[in-house]
Amino acid sequence: MVKMKPYEYLEHTADVKFIAHGKSPDEMLSNAALALFNSMIDTATVQAKETWKVELFGPDLETLAYNWLSELVFLFETEFAVFSTFDVNLHQTNDSDWSLQASIGGERIDHSRHAFDNEVKAVTLHEFEVKKNEFWCIQVVLDV
Amino acid sequence: MLNKIEDNIYEVPIDYRPGMRVPGRVFVSEALLGMVEPGTVDQVANVASLPGIVKYSMAMPDAHLGYGFPIGGVAAFREDGGIISPGGVGFDINCGVRLLRSNLEAKAVQPLISTLVDALFEAVPSGVGATSRLHVSDKELTDAFIDGAKWAVGQGYGVEADLAHCEEDGSMKGADPSQVSIKARKRGRPQLGTLGSGNHFLEIQRVDEIYDEAVAKKFGLFKGQITVMIHCGSRGAGHQICTDHLEVLTRAVHKYNIDIPDKQLACAPLGTPEAENYFGGMVCAANYAWANRHIIAHWTREVFEKYFPDGKLDLVYDVAHNVASQDRGARCRWSPQTPVRPQKRCNKSLWTLTK
Repeated sequence: MVKMKPYEYLEHTADVKFIAHGKSPDEMLSNAALALFNSMIDTATVQAKETWKVELFGPDLETLAYNWLSELVFLFETEFAVFSTFDVNLHQTNDSDWSLQASIGGERIDHSRHAFDNEVKAVTLHEFEVKKNEFWCIQVVLDV
Repeated sequence: MLNKIEDNIYEVPIDYRPGMRVPGRVFVSEALLGMVEPGTVDQVANVASLPGIVKYSMAMPDAHLGYGFPIGGVAAFREDGGIISPGGVGFDINCGVRLLRSNLEAKAVQPLISTLVDALFEAVPSGVGATSRLHVSDKELTDAFIDGAKWAVGQGYGVEADLAHCEEDGSMKGADPSQVSIKARKRGRPQLGTLGSGNHFLEIQRVDEIYDEAVAKKFGLFKGQITVMIHCGSRGAGHQICTDHLEVLTRAVHKYNIDIPDKQLACAPLGTPEAENYFGGMVCAANYAWANRHIIAHWTREVFEKYFPDGKLDLVYDVAHNVASQDRGARCRWSPQTPVRPQKRCNKSLWTLTK
């Protein structure tokens, strides 16, 4: 059996590109969130001192995935916080409606402990793709 | 892959990819040509397939891989049958640069350079999570969205004479604050008057070499002169405005049955509500960015004045490189104070034209 990598960064000239995997769409989105924050900061330095709750809806998994990552960028910037744990629960209510509940662990930015390599401005839709091969996978390009 | 048209101009042929409506034109020297990645050429070809594109999908000498448009991508679209896409503008709406010229020579500034840099670092908030020294109200934020640099001058940041030295006079018409979400306001409000991070910078520079004496003279530039360059954009406000409208335009692509080769090129036909709304929001972000650069320039002047009481920092020019603008004939209005057209270094920009 192929060992699943949670996520991997791909080469990109000016921005950050990654693919995240999961045995379920929930795990895929959790790993994608980790890849997003690890592109900015070593998430090992981020303690889950506080919890944030997120609830989102989408007409399909791909749109919901985009909204999820965009919501994390919004929270990062407006809460002045970084996150390192992502407990994601997805529900498909019917053929076309998806909902997401997530519990996010992190802490307020402390520049004495948090060193940033990058700052993600936004999640792009360029080559944005969710698919299922052996595992679920999502490809993302971040504007940094 | 690319056909040479003449020195520094290469063509992406119309049959490079199915669906291209016009050929591509890449403006690079032979030395730079080898640095243009295949993905960049693909992105030039993707833009060439958008409805209503005029003549060519272009890439400037800084062409490299972006998202949607390549970095350095420029395209014009007809008002009748054309589209507008955030893929041509980017998330950092009106990311741009401004150059300030001093009356100081490098040798006079050199002994104080560390002190000056520390003072600028103190005066201009920068980096991840930085908040502004300004605490604008919701009403003031709306005014900045509508009037840009003009609003900043009214608040005491910069002077009236600076405005003629900004593209669009630092205040693009057509702002629609109703197209700015609460989320975009929440991101933008504490950041008005911050530099940001990444490739954004405030640099003290020195004129090292003059290539054209006549042009340099008109701009008031001389060898050994100290200048300041500021590179930043619309911060979280612009990023969120783009994110919000990208979602709407993704749906518009299906509604108007437009075939796009890349999801980031989500767009709507000009004249539709989706296109108008995006443009109205985009203008708000563009104006925010001009106000932001005006505020930062003002703080920079304060720092210089403290250490060099006889020193002056005049604005040479402020140009946007991530923007869409409506163009009816002439591309830009150049004021008498800027008799020579400055070089425009576009990252991503998109012009809409009338028929």
